[in-house]
Amino acid sequence: MTDSAPKEHCVRGEAASPGLLAGRIVSHQAAAAESRDAGSPSEEAAALEAAIAAAITALGLMVEASEGEAAEILGFQVAMLEDPTLAEEAYAAIAEGRAADQAWQDAMAEQIAVFAAADDSYFQARSSDLEDLRDRVLRALQGAGEEQQAVPRGGILLVDDIAPSTFLAQDWAERGIALRAGSASSHVAMLARARGVPLVLGLGAVQADAGTAALLDGEAGALTLAPGPEARAVFQTRQRARAEETLALARIIDKPVATAEGDAVAVLLNVALPEELEGLDPAICDGIGLVRSEFLFYGRDSLPDEEEQFAAYAKILRWAAGRPVIFRTLDAGGDKPIAGLTEPDEGNPFLGRRGLRLCLARPEVFKVQLRALLRASALGPAKIMLPMVALAEEVEQARALLQAAAESLGAAAPADLPALGIMIEIPAAALTLERFAIDFASIGSNDLIQYTMAAARDGSGLGYLQRVQAPAVLQLIAESVAAAERMGIEISLCGDAGGDPEAISALLGVGLRRLSMAPPAVGRAKARIASWSESGGHGG
Amino acid sequence: MDHQEQSNATLTTSVFMTHDVGLHARPSVKLTQLAKTFAARLELGLSPEGPWIDAKSIVKVMRTKAPKDTTLYFRAEGADAEAALAALVALVEGDFQADVGGEAA
Repeated sequence: MTDSAPKEHCVRGEAASPGLLAGRIVSHQAAAAESRDAGSPSEEAAALEAAIAAAITALGLMVEASEGEAAEILGFQVAMLEDPTLAEEAYAAIAEGRAADQAWQDAMAEQIAVFAAADDSYFQARSSDLEDLRDRVLRALQGAGEEQQAVPRGGILLVDDIAPSTFLAQDWAERGIALRAGSASSHVAMLARARGVPLVLGLGAVQADAGTAALLDGEAGALTLAPGPEARAVFQTRQRARAEETLALARIIDKPVATAEGDAVAVLLNVALPEELEGLDPAICDGIGLVRSEFLFYGRDSLPDEEEQFAAYAKILRWAAGRPVIFRTLDAGGDKPIAGLTEPDEGNPFLGRRGLRLCLARPEVFKVQLRALLRASALGPAKIMLPMVALAEEVEQARALLQAAAESLGAAAPADLPALGIMIEIPAAALTLERFAIDFASIGSNDLIQYTMAAARDGSGLGYLQRVQAPAVLQLIAESVAAAERMGIEISLCGDAGGDPEAISALLGVGLRRLSMAPPAVGRAKARIASWSESGGHGG
Repeated sequence: MDHQEQSNATLTTSVFMTHDVGLHARPSVKLTQLAKTFAARLELGLSPEGPWIDAKSIVKVMRTKAPKDTTLYFRAEGADAEAALAALVALVEGDFQADVGGEAA
C-alpha cells in the first residue's frame, strides 16, 4: 500500500435520517471475540445467569432515563432477556460442557437467524435488537463492562450496523451515523429520524481511519471522506441554509397551508412502500396523492399475492387515519420493467405496453391487485388511479374489471366502489379530459413533460426541455385544471414538479390547488405556497 | 391425546388482529405481560390447529412473526381460563392500547 495524502472520496448510500454534519470518523472496535476458560457446568450456568441479570439491570436503568419510543424499545429488550426461553438452549449446552459465552452465542445465533430470515422488514430489523442483547450479555460475561467508546461532538460513527441500546446510550447532538449495512426500517433509523440525527446507511465496504475528516449528507445519502476545500465550502453553505430553514419550517410543517391570499392548497405525499411513512406525522399532509404500488413488485421472484398487497395497502390507509389515499395501479414498463410481466424486448418501452395497457393485457394480474385494493378500501378513503390512459374506453375496461373483482369478493366487497380516476400523463388525456367518466384526475408531470416535449426522461442534454414551466406543458395543465373544474372533479399533480419550489409557483399560477410530493419536500413546499399570491407571485 | 371429555376443559377463541404493524415489539410485550397475570396455561397459534406456543413467552410470541391482519387463536386451560381469553381478546381488539397491570405505557 502506498497511500499518499488522503484523497477526497464520496461514497453513496441510502439517506435514512436527514441532516448535514461535517466532522471526523469514529469507528468502534467489534465486540472482543476472546473466549473465556470454561469452568464447571454449574459455574458456567451461574456466570450466564449473573451476566443476564447484570444486563437486565443496566437496561432497566436506561428505561427509566428514557421515554416514548426509546423506552418502549428498551422495555422490549428487557422483556426478551427476562423470558427464560431466551437462554434455555444456552443452559442446555452448558450442562453438556460448553463454556457460558460460547453457549450463549450459539443460542442467540439461532434466535437472530429466525428474525434475519423474516420476509417482513420490521421483523428482520429485530435481529439487530437480539444482536444488541447478545453483545450486552457477552460483555458482562467477559467482564468488559460498559466500555463502549463514546462518540464525541462532531463524530461520525462509521460501523457495519448499530444496536438500539448503543444508540440510546449516548447523546447524539452534533453527531452522525454512517452504516455499511443497516435498514431504514430499523429501530435505530426510526430513533435517528425522531431525534434529528443524520443517518446514512447501505454504504457498503467503505473503510476509513478513525479521525479522517468527513462530510455526512443525510439528505443525499452520501459520505464524503477527506473532503477538499471546495466540497467543504459547498457543504457549509448548505448547512447554514438548512439551519435557518429548519427553524422556519418547523413552525408550518404540520399545519394546513394556504396561499398569501388565503386560498387553501392541499399538500399530499408520494410514497412507494408503507415503511417510508414510519416516523412521519400524518398531520404534515392532507392525504396521500400517489402510492406507487409497483414497488411491491420489484426485486423478487414472484408477484406479490393478494394478502401481501392488502397488508401493504391497509398499512398505508391506517397511517393516513382517515385522510384520502390515491393508489396508482401497477405502473410497470417504461423504465420500470418487472420480470415475468413486462415485455422483455420492446424497441421503445416508454411508448410500449406499459401502465394500464399492460394491466388490461394481463387481467389475471390486475384482478389480484384490484381485489386487494377493494378489500383495503373498507379501512379508509382509498381511491384507485389508472396510469398511462389515452382513451376513455380504457377506463371503461378497467371499471368493468373492477366491478368483476368486486363481484368475485362477494360479501367481502365494500358497499361502495372506491373512487376511480386517471393519471394525466399522455397529452391525449389532457386534451380530452371531459370525455372520461372519472371521479378524479392527477397530473403525472414527469411523463406529461416527456410525452409533450418528446424529450426522454433519462435523455442527457435535454434539461431545458424537461421543465413543467415549458409553455406547452403548462398550457396542458391549465386546460386540464379548467376541464376538471367544469366536470366537478378533484385534480392534483403528483410528479416531481409538485415538490419543486420553482415549479410550484407556476402550478399555482395555472390554478392547481392540490400538490403531491415526496415527504422530505413538504416543509419547503409549504413555505413556498404560503408566500405565493395570485396577484404578484412571491412576496417578501 | 384425548380430545374428548376433558375434566379440565380447554377453551379456545380467536381474534382478528388489525394492529397496523402486527405482533411487533410493543404489542408482544403487552400481550405477554397480560398473559402472565393469569394462572391458566395460555397458548397462542396462528391457525385453529396450532402449532401452539406459550403466550407468556415473548421470545416465542415474537418468533411467530405475526403480521398485521392475522387471526390470532388462543387456547386456555385452568381456573381463570375464561377471564384470560376475554382479556387477551380485549387487548387485541383494543389495538394493544390498554395499560397492562397498571404500568404506565
